[in-house]
Amino acid sequence: MKSVYLDYAATTPPDPRVTSCVAEALAGLYGNPSSQYSFGRDARAAVEKARRQTASLLGASPEEIFFTSGGSESDNWALKGMAFSLRAAGRPCGIVTTAVEHHAVLRTCEWLARQGFSVRYLPVDREGKVSFSVLAQTVDETTGIVSVMLANNEVGTIEPIAEIGAFCRARGIFFHTDGVQAVGHLPVDVQALSVDALSLSGHKLYAPKGVGALYLRRGVVPDAFVHGGAQERGLRAGTENVPAIVGLGCAAALAEEALRDEAQRLRSLRESLAAGVREIRGSWRNGPLDAASCLPGHLSFGIAGIRQDTLLIRLDMAGFAISAGSACSAGSLEPSHVLRAMGQDAEHAQSALRVTIGRFTTEAEVASFLAALQEIVADIRRQ
Amino acid sequence: MEKKRVVVGMSGGVDSSLTAALLKEQGYDVIGITMRLADESRDFEENDRGCCSLSAVADARRVCEIIGIPHYVMDFKELFREKVIDDFLANYAKGWTPNPCIACNRYVKFEGLLTRAMELGASYVATGHYARIEQDAAGRWLLKKGLDEKKDQAYALYHLNQHSLAHFLMPLGVYTKVETRAMAERLGLPVARKPDSQEICFVPRDDYKAYLKEKNPACLQPGDIVDLSGHVLGHHAGVPLYTIGQRKGLGIAAAHPLYVVRLDTAHRQVVVGSAGDVFASGLIAGDMNWIAIDNLQEPLHVMAKIRYGKKEGAACISPLAEGRVRVDFVEPQRAVTPGQSVVFYDGDTVVGGGIIEQPLH
Repeated sequence: MKSVYLDYAATTPPDPRVTSCVAEALAGLYGNPSSQYSFGRDARAAVEKARRQTASLLGASPEEIFFTSGGSESDNWALKGMAFSLRAAGRPCGIVTTAVEHHAVLRTCEWLARQGFSVRYLPVDREGKVSFSVLAQTVDETTGIVSVMLANNEVGTIEPIAEIGAFCRARGIFFHTDGVQAVGHLPVDVQALSVDALSLSGHKLYAPKGVGALYLRRGVVPDAFVHGGAQERGLRAGTENVPAIVGLGCAAALAEEALRDEAQRLRSLRESLAAGVREIRGSWRNGPLDAASCLPGHLSFGIAGIRQDTLLIRLDMAGFAISAGSACSAGSLEPSHVLRAMGQDAEHAQSALRVTIGRFTTEAEVASFLAALQEIVADIRRQ
Repeated sequence: MEKKRVVVGMSGGVDSSLTAALLKEQGYDVIGITMRLADESRDFEENDRGCCSLSAVADARRVCEIIGIPHYVMDFKELFREKVIDDFLANYAKGWTPNPCIACNRYVKFEGLLTRAMELGASYVATGHYARIEQDAAGRWLLKKGLDEKKDQAYALYHLNQHSLAHFLMPLGVYTKVETRAMAERLGLPVARKPDSQEICFVPRDDYKAYLKEKNPACLQPGDIVDLSGHVLGHHAGVPLYTIGQRKGLGIAAAHPLYVVRLDTAHRQVVVGSAGDVFASGLIAGDMNWIAIDNLQEPLHVMAKIRYGKKEGAACISPLAEGRVRVDFVEPQRAVTPGQSVVFYDGDTVVGGGIIEQPLH
């Protein structure tokens, strides 16, 4: 039985072109990039090439890209680093974020609240969207940091980042966006969005796990996150993960090239998925109904009377990998905080399923998934 | 032919692990399920002795990897809250002493898991209980004690009906604990586990009094401690804080030792008496389930067990109205406690059982 992977939002399969870049770097570029001799210079050159590639995907300058271990680290660094840096400078350091952020942001904010920082959480509407006007009313003279995700990992809602960015820029407020789910799947231009910091993760855009980046606008300097050597301009010490960074650069270049066509293809494939799900009695769709307001490969839905965990197990046994809510909370079986914030009751929030497709998803896979889903739902309903 | 699918409830302990391994050896398509019963609150993380704690999930996952079967976690929190925790609180509020593990077995680990297993396309559910399920010549399913007398768990399974018995497998019932340990070692399963807990998994620090105070303070009304003729001997802070047969902690000075004989929530009284007064000549039970017979039509001589871990005693059971049963002991039994289960045996075979409603003196 061939397995079908439909959980691209949890992690993407690495692109084979990325895999070969990584393998070559792992075998050949083993010098320490900080070393002065040829081995080190070669490794350094590869890291800097990856930095240019990553910057290019975001419309940033290479010196604005800092490599990290992934999205969670980037989120942690941006928020903690800026919060402490602003507080030390005696500047406003209150944080405004949203109720639907990834736990990497939410848990960091909870920790910062325990360190004495004020944190306020913005509500979202039924489609998961933050209201710009509510944000504008919430931000006040004590606010030093705003963090709003670019697109939601569970339901795919794209947030009004450009509007929020312009607002924060005009007030001199540090604005961070968690772009982990969006970068590589949507056109993202840090200039157009007026963001000061943006987190991204390699394994969400066909690069390896364990590598990510934080974009920091020139002049924005959070406190260092890992203290040690002079790597990443002394802000994030530790010998560079050269093969993974090379992989991230390669993946960024591939994404930049393929992004627009891919997004269009995935939107139409996603809509045929949604149409198939709609045929199931008692099904509903979560998140934005308007295709342009949602990440191209995301579909969140539920089916009345069908328990999420039962369905996931049946699908897994039939060879289909999809997710409940988000991968990070799937093991915990708690109702999704995102869907709760969107106003869904615990029962609906608990039965949410997420199918996310990507670069290697085929029409045939979508069709076979829909057939299996319909058959399994009918079988469970017969019991 | 397609292999029969069987779901095994996995706690990470040696018994359920061995059950899964044996069934895999026998050629079944085995799926390991760990049941999540409570919220992952900090309270619960501290208490990793329960059968569904976080460490149980991790242990079960590791065991399933060793055996080579898929492992999943399924959510039974709502069912557990309704059928076990709420029932536990309601029982104490009426002056009974419940056995939540029996309620959990009945509604969650058996009924609940069986329903979900059928949704997973399974033919059977297996557990690591030390009991045997057999079919008699007439086709009736019987529940029998495990062959290892010390490990026998049939008492806690008296609620199984014919439908459940037909769909449950208990492969350990024919082995002794020594044999199961040897088999587990041969199969490379981790056997060095903490001993089985007798504690209630959702009650922190095993302090049910503190739990009642927190969850249902209204059930704790002060009242009098009285003797059998109604003389007030002292005061108490709530009837549910006492159990029948209890001697310590009454706070009364008396010439001879006093024991709790009866709990009377209607009059908010804890009734005490002498050691002899704690013995009952019989009891009335309700909420009956019969396994070896369709129904109790006429008096029957059985062995009766009035509490987990207590020895059986000879008794005669006879039918009452509304499906209730009167039990007359041959020898008086100590501390017959409403809310506990009474189970009847004919030799190794479980005849049936029910919930004790009142002792007869």
